[in-house]
Amino acid sequence: MHQSSLPPVVVDRVHKRFEIPREQISTLKERALHPLRRGGSDTLHALRGVSFAVEPGEFFGIVGRNGSGKSTLLKCLAGIYSVDSGSIYINGRMSTFIELGVGFNPDLPARDNALLNATMLGLSPREARRRFDSVIDFAELGEFVDLKIKNYSSGMLVRLAFAVMIHVDAEILLIDEVLAVGDAAFQQKCYDEFERIRASGATVLLVTHDMGAVQRFCNRALLLEHGRTVELGDPEHVGNRYLELNFSQHARQVEHDAAEVEEAGGQAADAASLGRDAGAEAAGGDGEADAEGRQLEEPTEGRRVGDGRAEILEGWFEDEHGARAEVLPTGHPCTFAARVRFREDIENPLFGINLQNSARDHMLSASNLWSDPRCGVFHADEQVVFRVRFLNVLAPDRYHVTPAVARHGGAWIDRRERMISVVVTGTHTTDALLDLPYELVIERGSAAAATAELVG
Amino acid sequence: MSATDTHIEPDTEWTPARLEGLGRPIKGPSALGSQPGRLWHLTWALAKTEFKLAFFGSALGYLWQLMRPLLLFGVIYLVISHSKLAAGSHQPHFGASLLLGIVLFNFFSESTGGGLSSLVNRENLVRKIEFPRLAVPLSIVVTALMNLSLNLMPVLLFLLIDGGTPLWSWFELPLLVLILALLATGLGMVLSVSYVRYRDVRPIWEVVLQMTFYASGIFIAILTLAPVEVFGTNVSIAHVLMANPFAALLEQARHVFISSSYPSAASAIGGVGLLMIPIAIAVVALVGGFLLFDHEAPRVAEQL
Repeated sequence: MHQSSLPPVVVDRVHKRFEIPREQISTLKERALHPLRRGGSDTLHALRGVSFAVEPGEFFGIVGRNGSGKSTLLKCLAGIYSVDSGSIYINGRMSTFIELGVGFNPDLPARDNALLNATMLGLSPREARRRFDSVIDFAELGEFVDLKIKNYSSGMLVRLAFAVMIHVDAEILLIDEVLAVGDAAFQQKCYDEFERIRASGATVLLVTHDMGAVQRFCNRALLLEHGRTVELGDPEHVGNRYLELNFSQHARQVEHDAAEVEEAGGQAADAASLGRDAGAEAAGGDGEADAEGRQLEEPTEGRRVGDGRAEILEGWFEDEHGARAEVLPTGHPCTFAARVRFREDIENPLFGINLQNSARDHMLSASNLWSDPRCGVFHADEQVVFRVRFLNVLAPDRYHVTPAVARHGGAWIDRRERMISVVVTGTHTTDALLDLPYELVIERGSAAAATAELVG
Repeated sequence: MSATDTHIEPDTEWTPARLEGLGRPIKGPSALGSQPGRLWHLTWALAKTEFKLAFFGSALGYLWQLMRPLLLFGVIYLVISHSKLAAGSHQPHFGASLLLGIVLFNFFSESTGGGLSSLVNRENLVRKIEFPRLAVPLSIVVTALMNLSLNLMPVLLFLLIDGGTPLWSWFELPLLVLILALLATGLGMVLSVSYVRYRDVRPIWEVVLQMTFYASGIFIAILTLAPVEVFGTNVSIAHVLMANPFAALLEQARHVFISSSYPSAASAIGGVGLLMIPIAIAVVALVGGFLLFDHEAPRVAEQL
């Protein structure tokens, strides 16, 4: 049945549209009261000419952000939705795992549920019965076979469902990302099983937005955006494009929001600069004030702005001995470091940080804008660590750092607002923002008199 | 952004010539599916599951399935047999005849009412896997058939206790049940896909079922109804009511199962020729139901 020379899955210029009624008419009464009102409907063009072919034995990833059309494509491949135009060819026995335990009924014992589930997934009842013992063995549920599954723990339930799934013996597996949820141990079991399936020579299509899984398992991947193929090929490359899309989308969204605020009223015009020309500000200027109003109103932790040409992978503090630290004693030198990976060649980027205390006062703005603006060309896939060393004269408090990479005189490449925090400890407290080193001398007696004489 | 606007053309290797070897493209969901065996396997598996749930789901289990028609029977029997209006109670084996009517109506209401909400209730299946969609409403009818075969036992018991004798014509009963099941399947197909689109199909159908219960001669002898005068001609109410396929099937079932002194469907409606009316209605329900279901099946998953 399965001819190895033929591709198991071929998708040829597939289109899929959904009609979404603008006014939901779901009762006959409404229809009767308004016989002439058509209501009208919006067309959601979910897939716009998607084409690809999967080679025999390939582990193929289908990735995309929410709303990119990947779930629609999955359902078209699974035969749950019919396509509007184009064709899908499936060559071999396919099983789809969109959800574990489809049709499980809590009031029935494991035996009935397993048999029903296997039948739903495509086995004949006879085959299902023959494989039943092996299913129960795999799920390690031998003693509980006649227990109603409403009395099962969630772990047992998942084991049962997964055991049924892998006993269907398909040549082509269509797996949705929902399978990869669950606790870490189960996820590992899923992944081990994926490895086994791949080793057995079956063709697997995995729909996910987990780039880690794609880069770990897939031979090739397809990236969808707005129902179109954006990238098809090497998972590493597709993964990078995916992150890029996320970033650019995010950046656009911030600009869009800012523009809206600007339109809404002049008082917030400064907010627009957040997305556009704020590079200089990260670079060293202390012109962050424009963002303060917003920052106080909304939690900004983890907000990320930038075009994604480089990515701040991680950031951390080091104590004076160079060891990573989450607590720094005041009065000693310390370092903030961030690791950056470039995706494209970039000339003279700016690296910078902003440090805020718990009241969001800006305590430090540092960058290479004044010290080393011509730092050279950084190449795609190059990783760098930039470090900001300073004497920690901060008063005891919790501090947040916002690292950023920006283009020379231009827009954000990656800015991770309040990315990490650090606690500064001290033996005494003052009400000052800084604990600057100082000396206080008290002169008494003859020495004080001598000074007075000199002055006088 | 240029990234989102780029469109990768299909792999050039997959030219029409190479596509030829791939056979036919998949078609998406349909009513019957591509493998005939699978439709039946699924229908049977779903029906068996439902039946088991009824059996083991509650403390008294299957007793309820038997008790419901018997309780209704008890009330109607008491009222009718002590009523002056009850011409029906003078018929032979009135008890068994009444219970047969209730049991058959039970089947009809269970299979059509259950069929109505079947696609919506099985949403998790319909939206998660590809399978012949007809299995869903069909399994409801099969479960109802299992219940019917058990519910017919008390009818037989009543008949024999009341002095009824086995008849050769009993062999016709399975055929009548089959026709009734086909009628219910047709209606179930219409109702299930309509309910996906319009939720007020349910209250409407509940009223229709109630009307059917009173208008099908379940507890009165339809032939005893006086004719009414319409535009100067006498119209037999019996003939009109017999146009309902369920009423005709019930009349025929009594004729073959209880006693031949009950009129056959043909004589109740006033001739074999007129019998074509309920038959035509049943055929339209079945064929039309299938055509509608087949038309809607590919889109049901999207509309749920």
